[in-house]
Amino acid sequence: MKKPTITRRKFLQSGTLTATAALALVTSGAGLKAQTWTLSTVELTKHEAATLLAACRQFYPHDGLGDLYYAVCVESLDGKAAADKGVSSTLKEGVKTLDGHFSMAFVDLSDGNQLEAIKAMDGTAFFGAVRGDIVVSLYNNPLVWRHFGYEGPSFDDGGYLDRGFDDIGWLRQN
Amino acid sequence: MAKFDLSDDSVVVVIGSGAGGGTLGNELAQKGVKVVCLEAGKRLDWQSDFVNDEWTMFGKTAWLDARTTSGDWRVAKDFSGLPAWICKTVGGSTLHWAGASLRIQEHEFAALSNYGAVDGANLMDWPLTLKDLEPYYDKAEDKMGVTRTNGIPGLPGNNNFKVMEAGAKRLGYKNVHSGRMAINSEARDGRASCLQLGFCFQGCRTGAKWSTLYTEVPKAEATGNYELRPEAHVLKVEHDKNGKVSGVLYADKNGAQHIQKARVVCVAGNSIESPRLLLNSASNMFSDGLGNSSGQVGRNYMRHMTGSVYATFDKPVNMHRGTTMAGIITDESRHDTSRGFVGGYEMETLSLGVPFMAAFLNPGAWGSEFAADMDEYNHMAGMWLVGEDMPRESNRITLNSDVKDQYGLPAPNVHFDDHDNDMAMRNHAFKQGSAVYEAAGATKTIETPPYPSTHNLGTNRMSAKASDGVVNKWGQSHDIDNLFVSDGSVFTTGASENPTLTIVTLAIRQADYIAEQMGKSNI
Repeated sequence: MKKPTITRRKFLQSGTLTATAALALVTSGAGLKAQTWTLSTVELTKHEAATLLAACRQFYPHDGLGDLYYAVCVESLDGKAAADKGVSSTLKEGVKTLDGHFSMAFVDLSDGNQLEAIKAMDGTAFFGAVRGDIVVSLYNNPLVWRHFGYEGPSFDDGGYLDRGFDDIGWLRQN
Repeated sequence: MAKFDLSDDSVVVVIGSGAGGGTLGNELAQKGVKVVCLEAGKRLDWQSDFVNDEWTMFGKTAWLDARTTSGDWRVAKDFSGLPAWICKTVGGSTLHWAGASLRIQEHEFAALSNYGAVDGANLMDWPLTLKDLEPYYDKAEDKMGVTRTNGIPGLPGNNNFKVMEAGAKRLGYKNVHSGRMAINSEARDGRASCLQLGFCFQGCRTGAKWSTLYTEVPKAEATGNYELRPEAHVLKVEHDKNGKVSGVLYADKNGAQHIQKARVVCVAGNSIESPRLLLNSASNMFSDGLGNSSGQVGRNYMRHMTGSVYATFDKPVNMHRGTTMAGIITDESRHDTSRGFVGGYEMETLSLGVPFMAAFLNPGAWGSEFAADMDEYNHMAGMWLVGEDMPRESNRITLNSDVKDQYGLPAPNVHFDDHDNDMAMRNHAFKQGSAVYEAAGATKTIETPPYPSTHNLGTNRMSAKASDGVVNKWGQSHDIDNLFVSDGSVFTTGASENPTLTIVTLAIRQADYIAEQMGKSNI
């Protein structure tokens, strides 16, 4: 597991915190107050980032997960966009299409209408790029694993041999 | 470790260090035969490079060179550039294999005789029988430390197994146990006992699971007869004017090309790269590729009928805890056409962590239903369905001249169309797998389509007659006496069992034959 690179001290000095850094901070056990992080993007505008944040939640809607975890996905997409102009234009054009579906900003749409606008993009490069990225960046996050009850790496704890590998108690035996 | 000169034409060159190549190289070295093993992948240190993390280990081990796909199989749509999930590392796919070690059954070695001809399939009997292989299966099981053989106890059943077992018994299945696994249930052969880590596919961090990386390869090196060259990617097998193979051209990690001379060449690059290498080695004398007078190189690609069933329950299961595949129901691995298909299938426990579950539960899926299924993760049990698929001449590896690899060579295209028999078997297996979990109280069952292939078979098939296949019953080319194939590509038919034990068995047997033939100066 990669160790978080940001320290609490750095966080306090910098004043603002990206979702990715916030996540690293939480992972480090340093703690984080609600709403102290900001979705921070380099290549994407605030509006594009906000639109993708809402879209990410439509793709994989888990009520038990706060926006922080979806914001990490948007920052991952932003990183790719910053490194690749093709990805950048795919994302920017995609946001325009989402906004145009009902002639209303996607972020202002109802849940059902957001879903419809995304469904309409199935099969496009935008749809594939976003879904393909976030299915990894969302679910490959150790903090998200807790939500699913997945305990992850076990070697450092001696495996599950003495930690419940066979502890199921509810099965009827006949 | 020995070091051999590039010009040393007395060595046996083994291409690949996985289940086939790793075993063969060690067996030969133990007999005093000089071996140079050329492995395309890096040598990882299992104690420092292996981590309990699915995507990290995928990045470290998977074969990700350019590949293309075609055909009606869903993998071509979901994972168009990744037809197979196999490893490019020293140890090959023994790094990520699950450890299930089953013997092919007697009737499966004679598939054509027992099933009869099947339309659209290229069934054939193996040129050998279970009886021929039994002494070698014994040796392989002892070498690998397979549980429930050689007095080795079975692994303890984990939560995932207990759910499957409860359902199976209620459904009336008789043959249910924690598997024949090449995973130590007690310390053996210098390797530790399984700690139920749950990351069998990510490289076993305790070394409890047999892998050539830390068994065959170091044992071979200790003989002084064996040189392993990692990051040595073989581009071409060369031959002399008499049509005997004479050496191989390979690229080292810096891309510099070398020719290693050889007395014998054994190809063990798995069922996509092995035929690709033979096809890429075409010359004026062998214009269709080496060893391809039959035209069968690359054909009859098999990947097993596969699928998975996951089921959710009211109460927690925590299937991720413990050995991934230590659980099996063998009742369906019989040949019984009353079920609507020939051949049979095994049902084996399987679990994925959240990262891989998201990618593989229903590839491409999204939205609230998928998310709701994922929300049930720790209430899920899972099984893998693996059965005999039909060999078809049209399912094949070809060279795709439109796509080049990092060395400028044509990439392999993997074409696969499901046979009706495969689909009928998968349908039956989905129903039975679901029935097992429903009998255990499942609230929902989920049918998961095949993943990128882990069992790649058949593309250099073994045959009695030279016109029917690529190699004889020793894995020796029908066309070129000093050219051998030493991996799962020699399988004549797929059978229903996980193939590694048979690959190892054939490699042990082949080593005896090669040493004997060298001794007689026949090769």
